[in-house]
Amino acid sequence: MNIEALAASLTPLHVGILALVGLLLTGSLAALVLPRIQPGRWEDLGPRMQSWWVMCLLVIGALLAGWQAFTLVFALISFIALREFLTLAPTRREDRLVVLLVYASILISYWTIWIDNYDYFLVIVPIYVFIGTAIMMTIMGRTDGFLATIGIMHWGVIVCVFNLGHVAFLMRTPAEELGPAGPGGLVFLLIFITQFNDVAQYVWGKSFGRHQISPKISPNKTWEGAVGGFATTTVAFILLAPIFTPLTLWPSLLIGSVLAVLGFFGDITMSAIKRDLGVKDTSRLLPGHGGALDRLDSLMFTAPWYFHMLAIFAVERF
Amino acid sequence: MLHFARNILLTFLIRPFVWLVLGLDVRGRSNLPTQGPAIIAANHNSHIDTLILISLFGAKTLRSVRPVAAADHFMSTPLSSWFSQRIVGIIPVRRKGRADRNVLAGCSEALERGEILLIFPEGTRGKAEEMNNFKAGIARLAQQFPEASVIPVYLQGAGRVLPRGTRFIVPFNCNAIIGKAFQWTGSKQSFMQQLKSTIETLQKDAPPVRWL
Repeated sequence: MNIEALAASLTPLHVGILALVGLLLTGSLAALVLPRIQPGRWEDLGPRMQSWWVMCLLVIGALLAGWQAFTLVFALISFIALREFLTLAPTRREDRLVVLLVYASILISYWTIWIDNYDYFLVIVPIYVFIGTAIMMTIMGRTDGFLATIGIMHWGVIVCVFNLGHVAFLMRTPAEELGPAGPGGLVFLLIFITQFNDVAQYVWGKSFGRHQISPKISPNKTWEGAVGGFATTTVAFILLAPIFTPLTLWPSLLIGSVLAVLGFFGDITMSAIKRDLGVKDTSRLLPGHGGALDRLDSLMFTAPWYFHMLAIFAVERF
Repeated sequence: MLHFARNILLTFLIRPFVWLVLGLDVRGRSNLPTQGPAIIAANHNSHIDTLILISLFGAKTLRSVRPVAAADHFMSTPLSSWFSQRIVGIIPVRRKGRADRNVLAGCSEALERGEILLIFPEGTRGKAEEMNNFKAGIARLAQQFPEASVIPVYLQGAGRVLPRGTRFIVPFNCNAIIGKAFQWTGSKQSFMQQLKSTIETLQKDAPPVRWL
């Protein structure tokens, strides 16, 4: 096959993945070079980039392998996130079986994605797992800490299973409704822009940050970082949306700008929870980043928004 | 011991289990011994603790790793006795036997052979995520083998995964924090003091557990 034929056979998803790998290579190069130029300032960049490689290769592999593999990988990611959450949050000795039921909701919820039943997906976690955990807890019969514990179970299962599940369900969008990028392109853009938003806010904050936006929750977050990040993400989304989605300009402007704000709030919500629990990171799963929740916090808020807006503006299926 | 079966179990069962169900986070891995005689001393809350400690070793070192375990518990049926001794490789200790020196004879022989003992000095799992007093048998072994290194380990989380008296395994993240090796200190009291205080120091590095 000659080069032109190869280039013609590349879908936008492939191009996006190649560009991402290019970014990762640049980052890894920076992680090799910067610590030598300015010793002491970039020490955590190396492990940080290594973790990025692992996460990106996992998601890229799943995206290329199709919706089945993607659903399984996201079920695993939901499980790891939920395990982290339920380990950190207070639970009572009597609630071990309730916790097991909450884990089982991952299987049920991702099964609805597997059989492509959006109606089931919408009600299983927010309604029936909600009721089921309450029933189990009343059977266990301990009253002190009841409300706090049941609130923790519900919060964990909504963010880790229901909200994240939207990413996997997006992969079930019928290809005939989409352009050449396909459902993989939709998911790629969601995950990419959410992480890009985190990085953009971080970089703007590091470079120009002066005024703290939420000193009690996260002293590192500044107005300059947030506003710079919002603007950058919105522009990036408007530029990328025509490549990966059927969205037109004005919906893109709305989706991109609100997504940037939601990503910010997902991030500081997890920061508030961590502060409440007295930990800095949710675990040490990803060297240089912290735990899975530290990386997924923004996506937990952006995924449902992106999903619903696509459903309104571009996708008939949902 | 059936080393081949042990390695198969380590690779295909214990390691995946420890990764998926326990999300095990290990700190201080470089403090682990690569050869015996050595004594790994950890706090004890669950049968899972033994799995965690075994998973820390590579196949080569695993050949000489011997968990010290209660005979009354693990030798109760012929099947569990066979499995515990040939696969897990336990050294049975009769907890309810008379308090004479022979109780730890199996441990001494293992150290003599240059093996690595896994000992839970609390002697029992106790209540989930609580540490009990340490029994002094480990000090007798350290005194007998002053050249053996003693490695303190703090284990966290297994008491929620599978506490005593429960049947279901519930996934929670676990932590293993491995301290620096030390040796017989010259007296039983100072040795036990050092062991206990080191493990309590390691505990401070672990994330908080809220188990109400």
